[in-house]
Amino acid sequence: MPVIKVKNLSKIFGKNAKQATKLLDEGLTKEEILKKTGNTVGVNRASFEVEEGEIFVIMGLSGSGKSTLVRLINRLIEPTEGSVMIDGEDLAKMNKQDLRGVRREKLSMVFQKFALFPHRTILQNAEFGLEVQGIDKEERSKRARESLDMVGLGEYIHQFPSQLSGGMQQRVGLARALANDPEVLLMDEAFSALDPLIRKEMQDELLELQDNMKKTILFITHDLDEALRIGDRIALMKDGKIVQIGTPEEILVNPANDYVEKFVEDVDRSKVLEAQHIMKRPETVDIEKHGPRAALERMRKEGLSSIYVVDRKRKLYGYVTADDVSAAAKQDKKNLHDILHTDVPKAEMHTSMHEIFNMIHDSPVPIAVVEGDKLKGIIVRGAVIAALAGSEVSINGDHS
Amino acid sequence: MEIIPKLPVAEWIDKATEWTTDTFEFLFDFIKEDFGDFIEFFAEDLLMAIPIWLFIAVIAVLAFFASGKRFGLVAFSVVGLWFISNQELWEELMNTFTLVIFASLISVIIGVPFGIWMAKSKTVQAILTPILDFMQTMPAFVYLIPAVAFFSIGMVPGVFASVIFATPPTVRFTNLGIRQVSKDLIEASDSFGTTGMQKLFKVQLPMAKTTIMAGINQTVMLALSMVVIASMIGAKGLGQTVITGLQRADVGTGFVAGLGIVILAIIIDRFTQNLNTQKGQ
Ligand SMILES: Nc1ncnc2c1ncn2[C@@H]1O[C@H](COP(=O)(O)OP(=O)(O)OP(=O)(O)O)[C@@H](O)[C@H]1O
Ligand SMILES: [Mg+2]
Repeated sequence: MPVIKVKNLSKIFGKNAKQATKLLDEGLTKEEILKKTGNTVGVNRASFEVEEGEIFVIMGLSGSGKSTLVRLINRLIEPTEGSVMIDGEDLAKMNKQDLRGVRREKLSMVFQKFALFPHRTILQNAEFGLEVQGIDKEERSKRARESLDMVGLGEYIHQFPSQLSGGMQQRVGLARALANDPEVLLMDEAFSALDPLIRKEMQDELLELQDNMKKTILFITHDLDEALRIGDRIALMKDGKIVQIGTPEEILVNPANDYVEKFVEDVDRSKVLEAQHIMKRPETVDIEKHGPRAALERMRKEGLSSIYVVDRKRKLYGYVTADDVSAAAKQDKKNLHDILHTDVPKAEMHTSMHEIFNMIHDSPVPIAVVEGDKLKGIIVRGAVIAALAGSEVSINGDHS
Repeated sequence: MEIIPKLPVAEWIDKATEWTTDTFEFLFDFIKEDFGDFIEFFAEDLLMAIPIWLFIAVIAVLAFFASGKRFGLVAFSVVGLWFISNQELWEELMNTFTLVIFASLISVIIGVPFGIWMAKSKTVQAILTPILDFMQTMPAFVYLIPAVAFFSIGMVPGVFASVIFATPPTVRFTNLGIRQVSKDLIEASDSFGTTGMQKLFKVQLPMAKTTIMAGINQTVMLALSMVVIASMIGAKGLGQTVITGLQRADVGTGFVAGLGIVILAIIIDRFTQNLNTQKGQ
């Protein structure tokens, strides 16, 4: 059973919101509805499910309705239509007391602008959720300290929020949410206010924490890099609508429409990465030395389904596949010439990520990066994703 | 002008006052007597029982801590209070002090809850705002009339009139302070499942404290400004000395008593302000 199940969820701001939903049915856009009725469409018929232990990212440009959506999920605002189920319970049907119970025990939120209580110390901030639940002082102080330790702020517990840097304040926000030990973390652009370096650090930290905690996390961001780095699945929003849901790779490889494609393009443009930056050292066999048996042995050892074939000077001949090689080995063939594939997907050292991106999508084998007729490296699909997601480029820096 | 005869507004008010006086006579009598006795006891028996030097010493120590361990307020308090006692106005001072304390306390006890109520509901705010405006713009003298009708003369109607005049700032500032708490923090509080009361006491009131204290400071000052007016209906204290001076065209006496009020005003103002800035940080 999914932990969060959102179905047909809409939020329209303004008077006569119900009436405006009819216009949505008629297919009017957000702009048209605003012009016609003065109502703003916050979220338009969103449906998705988040599984236990998953990091589900909601991404979209400013004003696309991300914050509205996340606030609907813990009912900080009331939906115009649709339902939100948490562990199979319909939030909209709950009375105030049950809703408070869910907020206390199941959902905790981390806010974009931290929203720490300035009159409380760091420890008291982290204790807030537990205090609200009426947990006794000793217990809540213990648990709050644990979660502050977890985010590395154990030393600062008696400071006030204003005495901490932005990054530290955001950690307090995270610790405050974690202290409750909720099933679900709702994080609304939790890292957006941080500068890039600290931000990356926080992302790593979150992933690390997630390895141990296995929470269900709904993470909002307007940054594709961030989405790709931390998301198990990503939902893209535009004008209140969810336009695509998929794994990072699906989003990158099969953008559902122009909007998503633009996002994806923006990424590689921003990175200005070239083939040489993301290629890695290829496993090869030597056409003069190795026959089918040697090639098979090599491929088995490295766990490959295909391998590039070169000569002593690394001139590229083509590639062979595992199936062909094992058949050739059975027939006791002595060399690889007969089974060589020469339709090699090739890229130059300076080929842009964008092109590689289009190539790799329908290529059965890694892309060969060549200089002249020499094989310099190969590019695997994972490296493209990783590079787009902004992880270290230097992992591939060992190419010769 | 001729078409509409003069509306008998004054008569209506008279009737209403009369009705109120009659209907709540038991309550008014109770307040007049028992509360009056208590005020008298507080001023004449309790405060006057404290030796003057001890009183001044206690104020000096409090001033020292209230002002963040500096000596300005201490020196001023000591000299000012000594001057008043030197002018043989100590008993008057104690009465005035009592009037201000009671009027302020009651104003705050009434004002803060109303301010909270106002902050929680737009409707209440819409209704209360003009009433508060009215209470503050109406010349303070006017409050003396129903005060006398309800409680005859003395300290009690003085406190009553002062409370009406002095309550609005506390209500207003409490409302303002709570409404000023940022929406983010309210959302954060809600997201952790706070009840209305938890939100009020753990987030809204602590964060509004500075603003509320500023309102209370104004309330105290307004109560003090009522001292002379209240003495016209028999409230004892420095105000009465001022009025006596006026009636006898005795400039000297009137001036000295007025100076006493100013000294008291400055001490009380600095006390409440300093408490505020200290705690507000
Ligand atoms: N309280 C409100 N009243 C009216 N309209 C609102 C309200 N809150 C949000 N909106 C509108 O709903 C739409 C979505 O806003 P939302 O804050 O959810 O966007 P967002 O995706 O979170 O943007 P950002 O990345 O800037 O935070 C916007 O057009 C906004 O103007
Ligand atoms: Mg937002």
